[in-house]
Amino acid sequence: MALRLKIWGCRGSVPAPGPQTVTHGGNTSCVEVMLGDEEALVLDAGTGIRALGVDLLRRGTRRIHLFLTHLHLDHVEGLRFFAPIWDEGVTLEVWGPRSPVLGLRERILRAFSPPLFPLDFRDVPARVVFHDLPAGPWQADGISLFSDLVLHPGPTLGFRLETGSSTLAYLPDHEPALTGIAGRSTDWISGGALAAGADLLLHDAQFLDEEYDAKIGWGHSSVDDAVAFSRAVDARRLVLFHHEPDRSDQALESLEDRARELTGDDRLPPMLAREGMVVELN
Amino acid sequence: MDTQRQKHLVLILAREFASSLSTPALVADARGYLLFYNEAAEAVVGRRFAETGEMPLEDWLATFEPRTVASEPIPPENRPARIALDERRPSHLRYVVTSADGVEREIEVTAFPLFAHTDQFVGIVVIFWRS
Repeated sequence: MALRLKIWGCRGSVPAPGPQTVTHGGNTSCVEVMLGDEEALVLDAGTGIRALGVDLLRRGTRRIHLFLTHLHLDHVEGLRFFAPIWDEGVTLEVWGPRSPVLGLRERILRAFSPPLFPLDFRDVPARVVFHDLPAGPWQADGISLFSDLVLHPGPTLGFRLETGSSTLAYLPDHEPALTGIAGRSTDWISGGALAAGADLLLHDAQFLDEEYDAKIGWGHSSVDDAVAFSRAVDARRLVLFHHEPDRSDQALESLEDRARELTGDDRLPPMLAREGMVVELN
Repeated sequence: MDTQRQKHLVLILAREFASSLSTPALVADARGYLLFYNEAAEAVVGRRFAETGEMPLEDWLATFEPRTVASEPIPPENRPARIALDERRPSHLRYVVTSADGVEREIEVTAFPLFAHTDQFVGIVVIFWRS
């Protein structure tokens, strides 16, 4: 079975709408793994999920599996405006990281109540079920989804989706350089097993190398480190994700050039994630 | 996905923490395998980690002939690392070791368990305090 995915948001940190970001988009992280019209598999609930929600209702999708990498606002702020949760005919299964002391449900309810939002979660008409991760692999429709904790401030997951014929790794917020990439065996690299040999790796590349020094420990990667990580785990193709909000379309293209330069000719050239991009892995 | 080989994030962070310390320290996983010891520990044990590699912690510790300051052997179950691994609680003890370079050293050892979640024991950290 081929994996088919659509990017609904790939901006990092905060939405960045405007004429400078029209090509690559200003919505924050949200990726749909396309399953058909009856069910949906969604990675993260950044502002990109708002338009996806409208589309899912149009398609008549009634069962949605939402996997959250972490609960930083740019990955959950679209959830409150995700139209399917306001439809009583919808079942939403939410999977995401518990903290060392709180389950996912308790953590999400904090963002879904006053003063951050006018309504309480009990006002949501859809049937919503929460599941803590990491746990054993989730399986449905020929896809196995694995999760593991990765290096980013607070409990944060990366995901790996496997079918018989293709593998996708999704690590939108990740700073593996903080504990080392070069000279480390894969098992000692944060996210190493998740991304090992992936056909497509969606990975954080928020910073240019010259910006990274001032932002070490913020939880994001430079484009140089994203390429180094991709090589270390032997991913076939890197997709640069979680774009810096101040980076214009033109500046992003320079970042892509830098990634291609670093990658060399022995691998598929990295590419920029773009809102609306559809990728099919055969 | 090869989940068995990937080191838990807490262990990766513990290794990074240990490698940044001037205090001798080691990290072992929940099975009791020595995963890493830092440069400061190399000076205490008289052997570089690259020469040792991953191995059962018990075997590695035994090579240093741990004994009390009165030269009585210390049974494995009384050693801090074993207590942290088996009983999953912190432990501290002063004892004497003979390093790989033949030097006898009196040290204090603190071992404590690492829990990623309250029900998820992932390994231990052992710190050696030189007298």
